[in-house]
Amino acid sequence: MAGEKIRVLIGKVGLDGHDRGAKVVAQALRDAGMEVIYTGLRQTPEQIVETALQEDVQVIGLSILSGAHLQLLPPLVELLRRQDGGDIPVIAGGVIPREDIAYLKEAGIAEVFTPGASTAEIVKFIKQQFDQNR
Amino acid sequence: MTDKEKQEQLARARANWEENLRKTLQKNPEPKEFKLDDGTPVEPLYDLFSLPGFDEMEMLGLPGEYPFTRGIQPNMYRGRLWTMRQYAGFGTAEETNARFRYLLEQGQTGLSVAFDLPTQIGYDSDHPLARGEVGKVGVAIDSLADMELLMDRIPLDRVSTSMTINAPAAVLLAMYMAVAEKQGVSPEKLNGTIQNDILKEYVARGTYIFPPRESMRLVVDVFAYAGEHLPAWNTISISGYHIREAGSTAVQEVAFTLANAIAYVEAALAAGLAVDQFGPRLSFFFNAHLNFFEEIAKFRAARRIWARLMKDRFGARNPRSMMLRFHTQTAGCTLTAQQPDVNIMRVAFQALSAALGGTQSLHTNSKDEALALPSEHAVLLALRTQQVIGFEIGVTDTVDPLGGSYFVESLTNQIEAKVLDYIRRIDTMGGAVAAIEEGFMQREIQESAYRYQKEIEAGERVVVGVNRFTGGADQPMDLLKVDPAVGERQLNRLKAVRLNRDQRKVAEALQQLRKGALSRDNLMPYLLEAVKAYATLGEICGIFREIFGEYQQQITL
Repeated sequence: MAGEKIRVLIGKVGLDGHDRGAKVVAQALRDAGMEVIYTGLRQTPEQIVETALQEDVQVIGLSILSGAHLQLLPPLVELLRRQDGGDIPVIAGGVIPREDIAYLKEAGIAEVFTPGASTAEIVKFIKQQFDQNR
Repeated sequence: MTDKEKQEQLARARANWEENLRKTLQKNPEPKEFKLDDGTPVEPLYDLFSLPGFDEMEMLGLPGEYPFTRGIQPNMYRGRLWTMRQYAGFGTAEETNARFRYLLEQGQTGLSVAFDLPTQIGYDSDHPLARGEVGKVGVAIDSLADMELLMDRIPLDRVSTSMTINAPAAVLLAMYMAVAEKQGVSPEKLNGTIQNDILKEYVARGTYIFPPRESMRLVVDVFAYAGEHLPAWNTISISGYHIREAGSTAVQEVAFTLANAIAYVEAALAAGLAVDQFGPRLSFFFNAHLNFFEEIAKFRAARRIWARLMKDRFGARNPRSMMLRFHTQTAGCTLTAQQPDVNIMRVAFQALSAALGGTQSLHTNSKDEALALPSEHAVLLALRTQQVIGFEIGVTDTVDPLGGSYFVESLTNQIEAKVLDYIRRIDTMGGAVAAIEEGFMQREIQESAYRYQKEIEAGERVVVGVNRFTGGADQPMDLLKVDPAVGERQLNRLKAVRLNRDQRKVAEALQQLRKGALSRDNLMPYLLEAVKAYATLGEICGIFREIFGEYQQQITL
């Protein structure tokens, strides 16, 4: 459908309070014409999944800078699948070491954006995912 | 020639130069605009005419004297260099203790403790929300037993320790005092800082627990208690660092920090403390970012504004209450994951600006911090960078070497004026707490952060290795990996502590703490009893959570 707005959830999982990246990305997605639901800080994987399903989003973007990505992201994807949200792509951003990225992708994370990534790249990736899923 | 004739001659020369410049620009236009962080244009030349009516005594004074623009000591670094203090902490208390002792052996002169997120938010390591976070961004401290290990074989009467802890700052301070007591060190010998700056947590850093009013009580209780028992302790480190990291401009960093500082002073005065009793123990923490001269001017402006605020607005009489003493950390957000070796240069220039701005202590970031917690090798290089600045290049040989520079003094004046504008606006809103509750500071910072990112993506702001000069492969680096078994080791220790303590004593101390929290008593004595009985941080904060409630974040997006 032309003009259909992509709905994206931007969330902060875990306890870290660094939300500069999450907010900048959220603003950039809005400027690119998407509808963004921003969760705020300290979300558990359960809360993210619940909000994503309730808000009927088409993409989930998670920001994490505390180093807890291996412990929090794979269970989140697993939970999403169990609740029939397995078709919602999950992307992640933050301080995530290169060697962890392959593992996260294997666990079902669609893409990982690390420091230096541009918001233009993120917008492009989300649009591609959205087009593929339609 | 008379002075007047000299002036006229200078004005003619200046007009001539402007004409010259105009012609040059016609032939060769400048390829870009030159701007400060907040978009203010930078002039091609600063000279006598940039500082009309400049009153040296009023604007600068002398070093060690009001308004402290040139520094807080008469001879600054000739007497003593800044404290070289690298922020460190990861895994368990034993591992962090080993890193501390390594850094002290390498010539570091103070300690700085990083706590993990569950500790910063008042959860024990076995709390469900601590999943995956134990020991990750700092050391896990659940009880006095962990603090004992953290400070093992470190003589607390001879080091100064800075602890980055805010919402539960009073609890960690109580633990530190309890360890000192076990080492036989009396409280008046303790030297160090707790961050204890809750307001910037709501604005920028995110590790709040309780609502602002209740949190302010804890802050002021520390001021009052330390005023009597810990004369050498810095009871707060009012922080612009995280405000800047969240994306603010230099002006906003100083403005919001000082607005928060005003709120703390007002809260302490309202609790009946005298300004010259707690004023001398307030300390500050700023960021050293990329725009070299703007940063130097920022530090100088902050000192002058604070001195005048304390004297004129709050009636301080003791010069020590008017001195803005500050720690600096280089800007983590300017580090790049691409070509990380280049970060060494960024850090060095930022650190130099802090030294030229008269900092009292300094943390230099490690080159690998856009990728992971710093490795030992990278931390050593960062410390060596400070040592080169402090010992090799002569910038510490005289006080405020850039004082009197037309450019730096102009910037200092400009920053001061803009900061005062913001402070007036925040005053009109009802002060910092109201401005935060309303989301004002958060929105201002967000806008700046977004503009900054857009400038990078448009190529207007050059980031070497990211949007320009991107050739060349990144060298692989040995990154620090936090041992995944850390969580389990910490859980075992917590279990053992809970099992082996005197349960009656714990219950009694917690009961007393609850009563204290419901009354208007100073909470520090209750906290000391509770931590000495090995009540855990989670148990203590749990009681406060029950009585004070929890803060619900203002989402300003």
